[in-house]
Amino acid sequence: MLYREAGQFKTSYAADQALLPIAQDRIGLFVILISAFLFIPAFTSDFFIGAIMIPFLVFALAAVGLNILTGYAGQLSLGTGAFMGVGAYSCYKLATYFPDTNIIILILCSGVFSAIAGIAFGLPSLRIKGLYLAITTLAAQFFLEWCFLRIEWLYNYNDSGAIEVPQRKLFDIAITGASASPVARYLVILSIVALLTLVAANVLRGRIGRSWMMIRDMDIAAELMGIRPLYAKLSAFAFSSYYCGVAGALMVFMWLGSAEVEAFDINHSFLILFMVIIGGMGSLTGCFMGAAFIWVLPVIIRAVPSMLGLDLIAATTEHITNIVIGVLIIFFLIVEPHGLARLWQIAKEKLRTWPFPYSST
Amino acid sequence: MSATALGTSSQKSDSPEHVDQSSAPLHTEELLSVSHVSLSFGGVKAITDISFDIMKGEVRAIIGPNGAGKTSMLNVINGFYHPQEGVISFRGKKRRRMKPHQAAASGIARTFQNVALFKGMSTLDNIMSGRSLKMRRGFFWQMIHVGPARNEEIRHREKVEEIIDFLEIAHIRKQPVGKLPYGLQKRVELGRAMAMEPDLLLLDEPMAGMNLEEKEDMSRFIIDLNTEFGTTIALIEHDMGVVMDLADRVVVLDYGKKIADGTPEQVQSSQEVIDAYLGVGH
Repeated sequence: MLYREAGQFKTSYAADQALLPIAQDRIGLFVILISAFLFIPAFTSDFFIGAIMIPFLVFALAAVGLNILTGYAGQLSLGTGAFMGVGAYSCYKLATYFPDTNIIILILCSGVFSAIAGIAFGLPSLRIKGLYLAITTLAAQFFLEWCFLRIEWLYNYNDSGAIEVPQRKLFDIAITGASASPVARYLVILSIVALLTLVAANVLRGRIGRSWMMIRDMDIAAELMGIRPLYAKLSAFAFSSYYCGVAGALMVFMWLGSAEVEAFDINHSFLILFMVIIGGMGSLTGCFMGAAFIWVLPVIIRAVPSMLGLDLIAATTEHITNIVIGVLIIFFLIVEPHGLARLWQIAKEKLRTWPFPYSST
Repeated sequence: MSATALGTSSQKSDSPEHVDQSSAPLHTEELLSVSHVSLSFGGVKAITDISFDIMKGEVRAIIGPNGAGKTSMLNVINGFYHPQEGVISFRGKKRRRMKPHQAAASGIARTFQNVALFKGMSTLDNIMSGRSLKMRRGFFWQMIHVGPARNEEIRHREKVEEIIDFLEIAHIRKQPVGKLPYGLQKRVELGRAMAMEPDLLLLDEPMAGMNLEEKEDMSRFIIDLNTEFGTTIALIEHDMGVVMDLADRVVVLDYGKKIADGTPEQVQSSQEVIDAYLGVGH
């Protein structure tokens, strides 16, 4: 009912190939963007923005990166955390060497270093597939973690071994460092994430995105259509790692404020991978759903007991949260192994014909 | 009895547009020639010293019992296998050790015995993927997807829609191909190969597992493709009726060796072919 495209006739291929061909989708996205840019900063607390929205956006961007590689190009990776680390450390070094350059430009550039790392560790994908490839990306994870720990140049030889974010301003408003307000940081992250997601959507629907999906679905046939596997796989690694790198830089500069090597460990890689699996492989919407599920839901569940007036100790709340989240993950994966995005798609298809499900579409 | 077992070519000479084709040698320009090609995997000889040619504009059938080396032959032609001996020349140019994507770029397209579609993509995207080699816009334009990249996409979409019309699959345009019935999947795969606008189209059992009606549809598409678009077709098929009706010339393989080569009539009357298919009396 909500999703009937009745009456929306396409008279050109351009209209048919639009990112969101159905008017309801366009309105929906517009509403989401308006509320994200205007209502959330205006009407919600600093805690909500700082502890929920900012991490959510950072993780969503990292999930977009991993989803490009795993969901669209079919190359399983466990090195997401490390690639985020490459982005964060290069952004730190760039900020050291170019203190006068706008930090947003530096963050966007730091992804390039991560892309280079992605290409280097993507080389085994030309010979190895599936789980075996995942193991080689595990090597990337441990090797890069070792670099972050042992190469002191990366954290400017300071004693703590952590990278501390310097204060940087945009239009005289602090956007990084301790004095930056959550709202300012949130708006910067939101703009970057929205822009990069649009770019990803564009690339994925064009020639290059199609070549990745061809490699994912049937590499032999893809080669016969003239796709060079070397180029397709490495470009997927590069593009994906760029996103992870930018997400890593955003994580340290806009969210945590400082970070040590533990911030980029294997648990982090798994966290992002779970977001992609729960959200839905091969779906950009799924990345945001997955990030919300894995990050936002626990925060909400943790807040429930105190809202109900129950006086539980923190550890108990934590255990309950883990149990509930675990049960929900199992539930959703049984209901729909292809993730939340597929559930949403099925719901839309049902809504098209509701309340007359037996009428043909 | 043996001749009828291999089918007849009665239908072909009945249809008017084929009369002049069979009477005069229309196809004289050589498109592909395979000479003295041998291929072995370890100790197993898949192909032994095979030579044949494919003329521009003809329908060339490759037949033979199971395991005769037909699919291996196609794999050699489009670069999946590299023969130990022999020379393949395509459009007059000799080639050695060619990768599949290079073969694709030189104008050879292919369908597979087991459907090899991109299962997660829609019919439209599958056929669009056949246009990959013809699309040029680089990363920058793809990222912003306005202007040149979008125009290119639309231009190719128009071509793809022509193919969709030709194959009568407009109703499944937006459906993921993984869910389509087998006969339609085969048709989409043909469409994907057509989208490459190849000089030479290799069809590996395009009618395997189809019912009579689907076979007739597929035959019609192959004939139209050959006569209207002028595409040269090399075809592997087990249905002898289809082969004898469609093919201008037939090459017969058995145990990796060529045992006959010629028009359907010649091949049907060859004693060696009859022996290979029906066995030798003891």
